[in-house]
Amino acid sequence: MGAQKKRAAAAAAAARVSEDPDDLARQPLQAILLADSFTTKFRPITLERPKVLLPLVNVPMINYTLAWLEAAGVAEVFVFCCAHSKQVIDYLENSEWFSQPNFTVKTIESHNIISAGDALRLIYEQNVIHGDFVLISGDTVSNMSLTQALQEHKERKKKDNNAVMTMIIKKSKPSPITRQSRLGTDELFMAIDPNTKQLLYYEDKADHSKGTICLDKMLLAENPSISLHNDKQDCYIDICSPEVLSLFTDNFDYQHLRRHFVKGLLLDDIMGYKIFTHEIHSSYAARIDNYRSYDIVSKDIIQRWTYPYVPDVKFCGNRATKLERRGMYRALEIEQSRSAQVGSFTVIGYGTKIGSNSKISDSVIGEGCTIGSNVLIEGSYIWDNVIIEDGCELRHVIVCDGVIMKAGAVLKPGVVLSFKVVIGERFVVPAYSKVSLLQQPTVHDSDEELEYADNSSGTVEFSCTADQSNGEMTSESSEAHKPKLGTGGVGYIWSICEGGQEEEWRHSVAPIPEDKLTELSEAMDDDQELVTQDRTALSTSGELISDSNASEGDDNEDSKDDSVYFEKEVEATFLRAVEENVKVDHVILEVNSLRLSYNMTSADCAGAVFYSMMKLAIKTPHSSAIGLLTLYPSPFSMVASNAYPIYLSGELQQNTANIITTWQKLLKSYLLEIDEEIEIILKFEEMCLESAKEFSPLFARILHILYDKDILQEDAILRWADEKEGADESDKVFVRQSEKFIQWLREASEEED
Amino acid sequence: EVPKALLPVANRPVLSYVLEQLELSNIKDLIVVVEGADAALRVGGWISAAYVDRLHVEVATVPEDVGTAGALRAIAHHLTAKDVLVVSGDLVSDVPPGAVTAAHRRHDAVVTAMICSVPVSGLSEAGSSGAKDKTKKPGRYNIIGMDPTKQFLLHIATGAELEKDTRIRKSILRAVGQMDIRADLMDAHMYAFNRSVLQEVLDQKDKFQSLKQDVLPYLVRSQLKSEILINGAPQGQQAKENGNDKVSYRILANASTPSFHELYALGPNGSAPVRRTHKCCVYIASNSKYCVRLNSIQAFMDINRDVIGEANHLSGYNFSAQNNIIHPSAELGSKTTVGPHCMLGEGSQMGDKCSVKRSVIGRHCRIGSNVKVVNSVVMNHVTIGDGCSIQGSVICSNAQLQERVALKDCQVGQGYVVSAGCEYKGESLARKEK
Repeated sequence: MGAQKKRAAAAAAAARVSEDPDDLARQPLQAILLADSFTTKFRPITLERPKVLLPLVNVPMINYTLAWLEAAGVAEVFVFCCAHSKQVIDYLENSEWFSQPNFTVKTIESHNIISAGDALRLIYEQNVIHGDFVLISGDTVSNMSLTQALQEHKERKKKDNNAVMTMIIKKSKPSPITRQSRLGTDELFMAIDPNTKQLLYYEDKADHSKGTICLDKMLLAENPSISLHNDKQDCYIDICSPEVLSLFTDNFDYQHLRRHFVKGLLLDDIMGYKIFTHEIHSSYAARIDNYRSYDIVSKDIIQRWTYPYVPDVKFCGNRATKLERRGMYRALEIEQSRSAQVGSFTVIGYGTKIGSNSKISDSVIGEGCTIGSNVLIEGSYIWDNVIIEDGCELRHVIVCDGVIMKAGAVLKPGVVLSFKVVIGERFVVPAYSKVSLLQQPTVHDSDEELEYADNSSGTVEFSCTADQSNGEMTSESSEAHKPKLGTGGVGYIWSICEGGQEEEWRHSVAPIPEDKLTELSEAMDDDQELVTQDRTALSTSGELISDSNASEGDDNEDSKDDSVYFEKEVEATFLRAVEENVKVDHVILEVNSLRLSYNMTSADCAGAVFYSMMKLAIKTPHSSAIGLLTLYPSPFSMVASNAYPIYLSGELQQNTANIITTWQKLLKSYLLEIDEEIEIILKFEEMCLESAKEFSPLFARILHILYDKDILQEDAILRWADEKEGADESDKVFVRQSEKFIQWLREASEEED
Repeated sequence: EVPKALLPVANRPVLSYVLEQLELSNIKDLIVVVEGADAALRVGGWISAAYVDRLHVEVATVPEDVGTAGALRAIAHHLTAKDVLVVSGDLVSDVPPGAVTAAHRRHDAVVTAMICSVPVSGLSEAGSSGAKDKTKKPGRYNIIGMDPTKQFLLHIATGAELEKDTRIRKSILRAVGQMDIRADLMDAHMYAFNRSVLQEVLDQKDKFQSLKQDVLPYLVRSQLKSEILINGAPQGQQAKENGNDKVSYRILANASTPSFHELYALGPNGSAPVRRTHKCCVYIASNSKYCVRLNSIQAFMDINRDVIGEANHLSGYNFSAQNNIIHPSAELGSKTTVGPHCMLGEGSQMGDKCSVKRSVIGRHCRIGSNVKVVNSVVMNHVTIGDGCSIQGSVICSNAQLQERVALKDCQVGQGYVVSAGCEYKGESLARKEK
């Protein structure tokens, strides 16, 4: 099947190449429209209605997408329905989309799909896509022309078969304070080759925490020039080659279009697939990803950035609306009291009634709403058939179909009321709360994509039953939850759990409150300070200061660690050798291999070997010492430990001498030069001071033994003594201890002369 | 044996190219800093002879191994002007330093660095080495990040950092929005510094050794959170300057949109600046300009070749119709040809049937008959015996090549005598070895 498909694609590609550019444009263009966002951002509304059918300035979102696809020259659209698929299909069947000439809309339905990746895999199996296609989700509003992007894509594809995708991007600088774009999406970092427009790096929220962007050095080796962008926005409109579908099939773990697919392709350098970008400048493209983008895109539509997809132009499914002064749109048959004030940039739907002294501004009111008197509506989205009684206040909220607000109810900014909720008299809904007739699902799956699909497949029926048995439901729930939404209120206030209240303001319809902004900008300053503090701390210590230099510091630590590990390994090897009576030559071999793997010098080896030998020397008498100590009752233990060196020094010295005699060959094999011998003395000194204080009284004597065994030459000892001449008094303890011996050596050498 | 600054490029010390450019830009108060007393004496001697009435030059001596930053630290008390231009003495370039300082002053920057494209060594050279170079990628010296208008320096990586993955701080990217990262540019080691800032950095960070590797990256890194103007002595003075700047900003604001530094410095409400920033600018030498540093023997050869070749306007000589320079006092034997892109210094003598191609021959050289000199630099007072063949080599002053010596890609030290009939390839011959 796959092979068949590929052959078909190859044939199609071959056919295309032979055609001239004019025919290319006429090649029927296909599109895949995902009528499911596979996220939970629009909950609780999406539990009852699919996101694509939510009204955006009184027109279901999917109509904007479909209208744009038709205008952009797409001939065939596959609408992939998953959650609430029945609703989507019903809606499309009743709409005029199925009866358009030159524009076919087909639906693909599946219920067990949990991600965009699965959807594309399913479409691949259906074998319906034959050429380049546009991949878009049903919540995108755009008026861009596809011609140029498509042309570029095809030309690139002709030259390089690996150019599988063209992403549409648009300039949009995220706020430096909130670090999110105007549309409420998280900031995005992209690296793009300025000449070829190839996408080289893509980082969104997933790896947010780091303060730096890390570009692979290979990237710069291959591309002498790279543009790093923080001021671009991903429009989520992709022009894809048919290979994209097979790529999804090949990589069955690709779920998310961006997080998995795009990043996967960028990281995968075996297949060499490339993604390119196309930037649009004057046209509009935006995806409604969260409540904030819902708000912003609505405002853009009202302010006509999306022309021709504006309320007063009939594109599909919208009723005749008249544009009046100050950006006011009014549908027919509106009953408005004379004393009501309707402000600028407001849309009022068909058949809505507005009572006296009500003030409405910057809002969208749906069809058949009844608004009482003295109501204040500001920056809000009221859908169809909503009843708002006298004296209510609504600021920056979304109110779904069939909601009833009893007199005097107040909605604080950021509130979302789902379908048919009833808010009791004079009840104040706290900011950012979400109210729904359905209870908040309690299952918390860590995978958000999974969660949506799981629940939504269930809620299709559930919402239906809720519709049918509405009467019972409301009565039940109103009794159970009376205190929650005031007298006569119906619905549940969802507790905010995922992401926490902290993040709630980021994606809400309400503008970001002032105090949050100041808080954030302070936090940003702190961030900066932290960075600079790090820097100054480092720079005062004399280190260089950049990040890479910090990692240099790590390197130093690494090498320190290395030498510690090396020492341990050598000791272990040596002990094993002693226990198992391994031949000296074999031990030398083993130590040598360790030396190579840790990249150590022979001086390090000598030090490590000597260290292990001395440790071994301590061990034997040490155990007996402990035995002795325990014999004494506690008052004497002090005496005992004081007496211990004297008591045991003879034994320890004897032990050491034995071990040195046995293993002198091993030690000597690393003592090639005088430097290594000095290293041993230094090591010994260090041990006496730190890890093996037992040796400290014996220092001179053991030095003598080492000299006698020809392990240390007199030169080394004298050099060591000379080196120590200038050292601190504390460092000279052992030089002084062995003064006699050194003196003797000096005289001996003079005599020789 | 010769200080690097005095190495001859087309029979002139390399330092003279820098000095001439500075003179052209009307920068006349110069301090030439030389490492080591010996070298300083010689450089000083040469300068006073050559520029006595044209430039006001002081020669300062600093101990060896103090690095560029250390050198500036040592002479800090000599510096008085508001801005200081720091140029490396081995830069051969026709980029006017005036343009760099103009860019610096225009933005009131703390530092302005000149960057140029990475030189492609040995490209114009035909033959095996050229072909090899073409297969290799051009060397990378720096990774430089700039804002889209290519005026501000946002990121610079040098030396060992190049071997690692490039890390770019998001904070600066957030402030700028777009950063162009280039790996095909390099720092040409010509900087304009704000003097007070430079001195403060040098005072505070006494571990900084090199301008290129320590001071410049430091300034670039801290540009959005400037520490320089906050602590330290010149605070009062800086504050005053800032006051003046505000006025000038407003004037400038009419002319151009504010740079991201100013936008970033503004508080969230667009109120008075709350963050201290400083600007690091770049001046990009255009591709048509010549800009190479003499920092390797290969570069020395390349520069010599280029100065009498492609970039011949730099040398300041008049070229003959054959596209070469033969001093009138030079004597050529019969059937001797001197090809284009060649230079023959004064008083040099050449025997019969010699051929010289793409080479520089210094003053008072004696060249026997049947000698071939290709792609080489021969300094002054060199004696070359009959039948020698020299390719791609550097022969220092007073060297002596006896008969039938064949050299290829060699360096011959000062006063070295190459005995007759020897053949060397890719070696460096100096007196020490003897």
